[in-house]
Amino acid sequence: MSTSLTSPARESRDSVVIRFAGDSGDGMQVTGGRFTVETALAGNDLTTFPDYPAEIRAPAGTTYGVSAFQIHFGAVDVMTPGDQVDVLVAMNPAALKVDLKDLRIGGTLVVDTGAFSERNLTKAGFKANPLDDGSLAPYQVLKLDITKLTLDAVKDSGLHTREAHRCRNMWALGLMLWMYGRDRDATLAWLKQKFAGRPEIAQGNVAALNAGHAYGETAEMSEYGGGYTVRRAPVTPGVYRTMSGTEAIAWGLLVGMRAAGLEKMIFAGYPITPASLLLHTLANLKRYGVITFQAEDEIAAIGACVGAAYAGALGVTSTSGPGMALKTEMLGLAIATELPLVVVDSQRAGPSTGMPTKAEQSDLFQAVHGRNADAPLAVLAAATATDCFDVAIEAVRIATKYMTPVILLSDAFLAHAAEPWRIPDLDRLPRFPVRFRTDPAGFHPFLRDPDTLARPWARPGTRGLEHRIGGLEKDYDTGHISYDPTNHARMTQARAAKIAGIANDIPLQTMALGEDHGHLAVVGWGSTYGAIHQAVRRARNDGVDASHIHLRYLSPFPRNLRELLARFDRILVPELNNGQLAHLLRAAYLVPAEGLSKVEGKPFKVSEIAEAIERMK
Amino acid sequence: MTVTTITDAELQPKDYASDQEVRWCPGCGDYAILKAVHKVLAELGAPRERTVFVSGIGCAARFPYYMSTYGFHTIHGRAPAIATGIKLANPELDVWVMTGDGDGLSIGGNHMLHVLRRNVDLQIVLFNNEIYGLTKGQYSPTSRRGTKSPSTPQGSVDYPVSACAFALGAGARFVARSIDTLQPHLVGVLRRAHAHRGASFVEVFQNCVVFNDGAFDGFTAKDGAADTQIHVEHGNPLIFGARKDRGLRLRPGKLELEVVTLGEGGATPDDVLRHDETNRALAHMLVELEPPAFPVALGVIYCNPAPSFETETYAQARAAGATRGTPDLAELLTSKEGTWTVT
Repeated sequence: MSTSLTSPARESRDSVVIRFAGDSGDGMQVTGGRFTVETALAGNDLTTFPDYPAEIRAPAGTTYGVSAFQIHFGAVDVMTPGDQVDVLVAMNPAALKVDLKDLRIGGTLVVDTGAFSERNLTKAGFKANPLDDGSLAPYQVLKLDITKLTLDAVKDSGLHTREAHRCRNMWALGLMLWMYGRDRDATLAWLKQKFAGRPEIAQGNVAALNAGHAYGETAEMSEYGGGYTVRRAPVTPGVYRTMSGTEAIAWGLLVGMRAAGLEKMIFAGYPITPASLLLHTLANLKRYGVITFQAEDEIAAIGACVGAAYAGALGVTSTSGPGMALKTEMLGLAIATELPLVVVDSQRAGPSTGMPTKAEQSDLFQAVHGRNADAPLAVLAAATATDCFDVAIEAVRIATKYMTPVILLSDAFLAHAAEPWRIPDLDRLPRFPVRFRTDPAGFHPFLRDPDTLARPWARPGTRGLEHRIGGLEKDYDTGHISYDPTNHARMTQARAAKIAGIANDIPLQTMALGEDHGHLAVVGWGSTYGAIHQAVRRARNDGVDASHIHLRYLSPFPRNLRELLARFDRILVPELNNGQLAHLLRAAYLVPAEGLSKVEGKPFKVSEIAEAIERMK
Repeated sequence: MTVTTITDAELQPKDYASDQEVRWCPGCGDYAILKAVHKVLAELGAPRERTVFVSGIGCAARFPYYMSTYGFHTIHGRAPAIATGIKLANPELDVWVMTGDGDGLSIGGNHMLHVLRRNVDLQIVLFNNEIYGLTKGQYSPTSRRGTKSPSTPQGSVDYPVSACAFALGAGARFVARSIDTLQPHLVGVLRRAHAHRGASFVEVFQNCVVFNDGAFDGFTAKDGAADTQIHVEHGNPLIFGARKDRGLRLRPGKLELEVVTLGEGGATPDDVLRHDETNRALAHMLVELEPPAFPVALGVIYCNPAPSFETETYAQARAAGATRGTPDLAELLTSKEGTWTVT
C-alpha cells in the first residue's frame, strides 16, 4: 500500500453497512436512496432498510422523530441490511441516542456538531454532551460542524437560512460518496431535475453535495485515512437496475396481466401504511392498462376488485393487516363466487394499529385461515425485493387459472427495501392466457374444469351466457341457489379440492441452501430469507449439518414438503411473529417444528438465527 | 338447445325474467318493481348480455336472480362498490344497483355516499319499506321514530334518515322518487333514471306486507293520493289536489315552501313555483315535504348531469397514453434512475 501526504490510499473492504440517521425532517430517506443509486451504479450488491417513524413530522429533535436509512453493500453476496453498522451518520443528538447501540465497536461515527446544541441534547435526553464526556471512546468519531459547513457552501445560492439548513443531508451524502469512492453524477442530475422549478434550491443542494465531497478530498480528512474501496460484486451478466419490493410487485402484476392476456388491471386501494406506495406506483402506470381507484374504504377497495373480476378484468387490491381484516367478508364472496383476485398484504406489526411502519410476518394465520366458514384460498409470500416480481406474476397465474383469490404476503420491510435487479427478457417470461367462456352450449356458471376444478370465467357482455352468481350456496350441477345439505357438503369439498390441487401445479420445494436431508432444517418464509440464508451458510462453514428451506407457497404447501421435512431430525422456524408457520407445519405434518420468534418490528439479525442454530446443532 | 332469433328490439317484458321462481311474500311491493323494470328494459330493447343487476343483501337484493340478464348478488351494503368495479372494468355495461333501506342506508351507507358523489354511471334503485324484512322485522334507518319492532319493543328512539335528502347531500346529480303501486309513474321514473348519465338515485316506497304493512298508506291510498302526492315535472307548476287547485310557493319573507289554494287569499297560478329539476335548493326543499302539512314529492326531483366517474377515469388513462395497443413493458422496466450493464 502506497501513501502520500495529499492523497492517502483507499483501504479495501468486502462489504460495508452505513446508516444515515437524523430528524424525520432531515431528509434521511432521500439521502439513503441517493446513496443506494450511486452504489448500485458502482456495481456493488446491496440491500437497504429504511426505518422511519409513523409520524410524518414528529416534533423536531425528539427520539421518536428519528428517521434512519441503512444500506449494506459489498463485493460479496449481500442478503441482509446488516446486523451491525460500520458507519453511523448522526445528524442530531436524538439520532445518536437511538442508533448508536447498533454501531459496532470501532465503527465510524459521523456527527454534525452544529446540531448538538444544549436544547437538542435535552430533547434527546442527554444529561451531558456525549461528544465531550468520553462515552464515544470506543468509536472513531468524526466531529464535523456539518451545519456550518453547509451554510458556508450554499451562501451564494440565495436560499433562506431554513432552506439552506435543509441542504445538510446533501453535504453528508457528498462526504459519504467520497468516502466510498462513488460517483455523484446521477445525484447531480436528479437534483437538477427534481428542483427544475426552483433552480436556487437545486443549486444549493448541488453546492452542499459538492462541498461534502470536496471536504473528503482535502487534507482536513487525511487523519481519518483516504476512504475505502468496495469492489464490484461478481454477478450474472446482463442489464441491471435497482428495484424496490413495491416496484417489483407493481411490475410483476403488469407482466402477469399481460401473460394472462388481459387488457386491464383494476387496482383499488385505500390509503394505509405501508401499502399505499403500491397504489402510488400503479397510479402512474395507466399507460400500460392499469386503472387505479382510491376507494372510500378497504371494503370498497376489494369490492371494486371483485366487481372488476366479475366483469373480466384483473382485480388487484393491496393493504396491510388491519385493512386485511376489513376485506375478510369480501374474500369470502370471491371464494364463493370463484372469481380471480390478487390481494397484496404488506404486513406490519400488530394487532390493531400496532406499529404501522414496522415489519412483521404476523398475518399468516389471517391469510390462510382468517375468514368465516371453510374458505380456502391460495397464499404466496415474497422473500426479497426482487422476488416480489416473480411472486406477483405467479399470483396472477394462480388466480386466473384457478378462479380464486390469491393473497400475496409482503411486509413493511420488503415494501421499501431495494436491491439490484437484472432486467429480465420479457419474451422469455411465462405465458398463461385466460380463455373466457363464449360458448353458450351446455354452459352454467359453476361447470368445473375437470383438471383444475375451476369454473368458467364468463364476462358480462357475452351473449348467451347471461347468468346470476352470488354468495348463496350454488347447486353443483346447475349453479342455481341450493340449500340442499349434501350439495353444500359437495361444494365445500370442491372448493377445498380446487385449492389443494394447486399443489400439483407449483414447483416441488427445493433447498435454498444445503442438503435435502440431515440434522437441522431451518424453514422460513418471506423477508427473513437473507438473514436465514447467511446464518445457515455461516453454520455450514463451521461444519454444522444445517440446511435452509424457504417457502414461497404457504397455501397450499408444495406437495413434497411433508416428505422433505421428514428427512431432518430437527426443524427450526424463524419468524417475525409468535410462531405461526411453525404452528401450520405442525398441524399439517405432525413434525417437531420449533419456532424462533422475533416481534420487535425489526428484521432478524443473522446472529440471532445463528445462535438458535448453534443451540440446535 | 333452442336458437334465439328475436332481436333486442323485439324483447318483451317477460323475456327479461329468469327461469327462477320468484320467492317474495305474496303481495310484496317488490313484484311491482320487478314488473316495472322488465317493462322499462323491454321498452328500451336493452341487450340482456350488456345489462347487469347488482345487489347486496335483503329482500330487494334477490332481484338479480329474477332477471335474465347478468346478475351479481353480493354482500350486505357493498353493491355500490362492486358495481363501481364492474363499471371501471367495462364502462359499456348498463349496470343497475338494487338495494333497500337497511342495505343502502345502514350497513352500506358509506358506499352509497361515495358512489353518489363520484357519479358512477349506475341506476341505483332503493326499495324503501322502512323495515328489515329478511331478518324478520327489525326497525330500519328509515323507520319513523317510535317504530315498535322485535328489537325496539318500546318503540325506536332514533330519528330516521331521508333517503333522497341523503342522496342530495351526498352530491347525487339525479334524485327521483316513486311508489311500487304507481306503475306508469314508476316506469317513467326508471326510464329517466336509465337515460341519465351518471349515478341515478331512485327511491321507491315499497310496502312490506308482512312486517310493515300500510306504512305508506297515508299518502299512497288511492282515494287520497291526489291531495297527498305532488308529481313534479320539469317546467310545470308545482300543483296538486283532486281539483288541481293547490300549489307550492315560497312563503313570503321565509326560505320555506307553503301550500296555497288557488283563488283563496288572493293566490294566483302565477304565485306557484315551477319545477326546475336543475335547482338543487328547490330539490332539497321538495324532498323534505311530509304529510299531513305537505304532499309527498314524487317524480324526478333533481337532474343536473355532469361527466361520470368512469368517463373521467378513462379520459385520464387516455391522457396518460393508454391505448388499445400494448405499450412495451420493456421501456417501463428500464430505470429512469439509471441502469448498468455487467458483461
